Amino acid sequence: MTGVALKGLLARRVRAVLTALAIVLGVAMVSGSFVLTDTISKAFDSIFTSSYSHTDAVVSGRKLVDYSNGGNATVSEAVLERIRRNRDVGAAAGALIDLNGDSTHANLIGRDGKAIQSNGNPTFGFGIDTSQPRFNPLKLKEGHWANGPHQVVIDAETAKKHHFAVGDKVGVAASGPRESFRIVGTATYGDVKSLGGATIAVFTIPTAQRLLDLHGYSVISVAAKPGVSANRLISELKREVPATARVRTAKEQANEDKKGVASFISFIRGFLLGFGGIALFVGAFVIFNTLSITVAQRTRELATLRTLGASRRQVLRSVVLESFAIGLVASVIGLVSGFGLARGLSSLFGALGLTLPQTSSVYATHTFVISLILGVLVTVLAGFVPALRATRVPPIAAVREGAVIQRKKRLGPVAGVILFGIASALIAYATLGGHLGSGKSLLALAGGALLGLLGVAGFAPVLVTALAAVVGIPAKRLGGAAGRLATDNATRNPARTASTAAALMIGLALVTFVAALGKGLHGSVDRAINKQVTADWVVTSQNGWSAFPAGAGRAVTKAPGVTLASDIRSDRGRIGTANVNVNGVEPATIARVYHFDWRQGSNATLASLDGHGALVKQRFAKKHHLAVGDAFTLRSPAGKPVRLTVAGIFQPPQVMEVLGGVVVSRQAFDRTFTRRSNSLTLIDGSPTQAGLDRALAAFPDAKAQTKAAYVKAQSSFINTMLNLLYVLLALSVIVSLFGMLNTLVLSVFERTRELGMLRAVGMTRRQARRMVRHESVITALIGAALGLPLGIMLAAAVTHALGKYGVTFSLPVASLVIFTVAAMVAGILAAIAPARRASRLNVLEALKYE
Amino acid sequence: MNAAAAAAALSDERVLIDHSPPAVAAHAVTRRYGEGDTAVDALRGVSLEVPGGELTAVMGPSGSGKSTLMHILAGLDQPTSGSVEIAGIEIATLKDNELTKLRRRHIGFVFQFFNLLPMLTAEENVLLPLTIAGRKPERPWFQQLLESVGLQDRRKHRPSELSGGQQQRVAIARALVSRPTVLFADEPTGNLDSATSAEILELVRRSVDELGQTTVMVTHDAVAATIADRVLFLADGQIAKSLARPSQAEVIDAIQEVTGQ
Repeated sequence: MTGVALKGLLARRVRAVLTALAIVLGVAMVSGSFVLTDTISKAFDSIFTSSYSHTDAVVSGRKLVDYSNGGNATVSEAVLERIRRNRDVGAAAGALIDLNGDSTHANLIGRDGKAIQSNGNPTFGFGIDTSQPRFNPLKLKEGHWANGPHQVVIDAETAKKHHFAVGDKVGVAASGPRESFRIVGTATYGDVKSLGGATIAVFTIPTAQRLLDLHGYSVISVAAKPGVSANRLISELKREVPATARVRTAKEQANEDKKGVASFISFIRGFLLGFGGIALFVGAFVIFNTLSITVAQRTRELATLRTLGASRRQVLRSVVLESFAIGLVASVIGLVSGFGLARGLSSLFGALGLTLPQTSSVYATHTFVISLILGVLVTVLAGFVPALRATRVPPIAAVREGAVIQRKKRLGPVAGVILFGIASALIAYATLGGHLGSGKSLLALAGGALLGLLGVAGFAPVLVTALAAVVGIPAKRLGGAAGRLATDNATRNPARTASTAAALMIGLALVTFVAALGKGLHGSVDRAINKQVTADWVVTSQNGWSAFPAGAGRAVTKAPGVTLASDIRSDRGRIGTANVNVNGVEPATIARVYHFDWRQGSNATLASLDGHGALVKQRFAKKHHLAVGDAFTLRSPAGKPVRLTVAGIFQPPQVMEVLGGVVVSRQAFDRTFTRRSNSLTLIDGSPTQAGLDRALAAFPDAKAQTKAAYVKAQSSFINTMLNLLYVLLALSVIVSLFGMLNTLVLSVFERTRELGMLRAVGMTRRQARRMVRHESVITALIGAALGLPLGIMLAAAVTHALGKYGVTFSLPVASLVIFTVAAMVAGILAAIAPARRASRLNVLEALKYE
Repeated sequence: MNAAAAAAALSDERVLIDHSPPAVAAHAVTRRYGEGDTAVDALRGVSLEVPGGELTAVMGPSGSGKSTLMHILAGLDQPTSGSVEIAGIEIATLKDNELTKLRRRHIGFVFQFFNLLPMLTAEENVLLPLTIAGRKPERPWFQQLLESVGLQDRRKHRPSELSGGQQQRVAIARALVSRPTVLFADEPTGNLDSATSAEILELVRRSVDELGQTTVMVTHDAVAATIADRVLFLADGQIAKSLARPSQAEVIDAIQEVTGQ
């Protein structure tokens, strides 16, 4: 019996492959996600471990604040001296290396005079004591290490990509204006092949300290004397260092460094796997549909097996085995294609500006196990209902012409309505509860969306006839007899058409949801920035969101036409145990370029922002029970405290806040925070772009743009995100395309005799082709008619829940038109092969066909 | 193995078949399709016994209920009332699994459209009932069977590479391989030309003579009916006439007689 099932599959190879394709893409996505994230993870691992390969212990500044521009506390030179004198210490070296923060950051200037930066990727500027090579995480490739104030070593990848050679001059901009350095060598970081888009510049320690505006070291690497255990070294060191420093073993430190990256990688993995899951979900529909059709077409064969003594259980087993075999083959192909897809995903991220470090691909056991199990499981589950249906084929069908499987009463529509009801309740819970963003409500939302799609698929057969009548109008008008027959064919088996269309519906519903949500977010971001920023021009860093040297803010004042330039400093600080954004503003000018939404106080309050006055965001004040006149202590990332008094309370929008948390005067900020950098400089007046560019020439990481351009740039990440989502969702649309192709191929096969008859009574080849094509387009449009409204409803619910962030719902009309056209194109594409087959039918053969 | 030895081996088999109870028995079988005004009575009280080791043909015009009768006798369809026994087992009340077992042990089928599995070779098709039942073929018996149906040199061919007559031979071998209590043949020559039909009928007759294979054959072909030991004529859902070893002329007369009623 096993052999019979497998031989049957082999005999219908093309059909089996078409069926399998439905699951291949989903599995490829799963396997690709694992390979990509495992590879990135390994690359980061080797970055972090090679940082401390010959180190026993690491002393670093204690981290008080997350995501600080200024960086954590450093460790002073005196501490290094003390460590070196300890009798258990064999060797120790200080370095300025901060892989996670922004504190050791220096831009290299390309030959075009612009900062070398692929958006978002780190631009490291390290200070390394190269006299102690054992602690140096970099390996020299060419030349020698920097040993003077105007020398730099850059990473080999950047040198190659930007055509720099040893001996060339290169511009560097860190905390101050740009300076010129001579490249004396190139180096690689550990064994990492590519750092993604990151650049590295290595200076001598004193040069780095000056450039980065840092005192002391960010880390001190220590090696024990021979015979001294790591534990003993650690406890010795703990006695030597001040309270602002931490002592860790090399391994602990590597894990600590990796923490942020690890959660980022696991986010990317989950994100990508989600799309693999969607593709598998769509694939399950396709499998279900294809197997349902093939079971129906094999009625006589199955009945014959029953007359020959096959039990229901054997029939069930043979159909399940068939889907198992399809699933297994598909999963293996998918697994292997995933290895290629991983590379594709990596370039996709690269194209969207998120280049990730690479090393040789990692093929972990879990990639194989999970991909194979998932692919097989989904296929077998999807094939189970058709298999059950196969067991209901009565033996008498072997002798009766045109016997059909007795259907149990159709539960689909009722179950569909119930599922849809549950889904609506879940979505309502998630979006009306007012706490969207909590894990529970997001889960409810995702579950609701999933059940909603299943529900609609359940009652879709009931809608198919009505929908086909509507979307079939153009076919009838344009297609003549072929178009009319196509509409009839589409409604001949509503369940089949419905589940074919449902597969496409899922993809279309999701892209519609994304488009509508994206439009809503876009509007909210634009409004929020426009409400706050009243300046004419804005200076930002090149990437638009990281901090830039404070000097750039002063430099623009010299550009002709600038009547006023107001600097906004920013960093993170700590109040009690809570982290908070801290901004330093110029009290005299800020109100002319920034609109405060006052809750307590007025623009006059700004005058009272002396050394100790602070403005506090309303939400923050509420949470920490602060009222006007209350005093509180703020700590800088380096641990320096400052006593502040609440002078006023304001409320920025809940998205894209330009000023937030705690706002102090620039003087107070500069006294407390060591490294001065601006998040923005807001300009009033009528300068020219060229004038501003000239003024900023020494600060390649800063750029000036009009307010309109700034608003547009700030919301551009939404477009990037939308594009990424479209590409990933396209995968599931492609899967549903295979589903449409399958259904058509099988329908044409099933109607061979009928097609022969139509041709015999005068249908031309062209008309036969057109008939199949129209049927396909009608099915696709049914998918669109189901999917687009569903996506819009979901987006309406979610935008409603995001209303407090200023997100409003608006219909993405252009996108809807594009998606509808895309669905039609998908229909036409899917019909190419089946239509050709239908048109090439030999009339005589077809009529004889049994 | 020569023909004489084969014949001797086949006649040994015959001894093992128990002739005492009828292979198939039906009592007052009725079958009604549909309900109310549109109800159709396909069978209106049919009682019969199919004696072991004999070939019984069932004839009748279209709509006479001959196919329905065969479906019910073979356990493919349930009677509305009445009882059917196969090999002494009352089948009306059997559950699906018990019916499956009954089919494996006691029933062979030959269809009008052969119903071979296209992806299996002739040999694999013949062995299919054993494969399904999880039994190993007895090789000498299987060899004899292939020889007697004349398929020795066609065993590796697929149905699409065989003529209609050859396909029906495969189907007959498939029905005989498990040595069923009764073989049901549903218009076995209905899809064949007359020369091929004659060969197939000869084969059916031989399996009755040499193997003692109890056989029930539904046919509307007067020539086919002449090979039967007994011919039952159905009209309007009832047995209208029964003839023992009739000639072709007698069959034709009988048909005219029952349709003329």
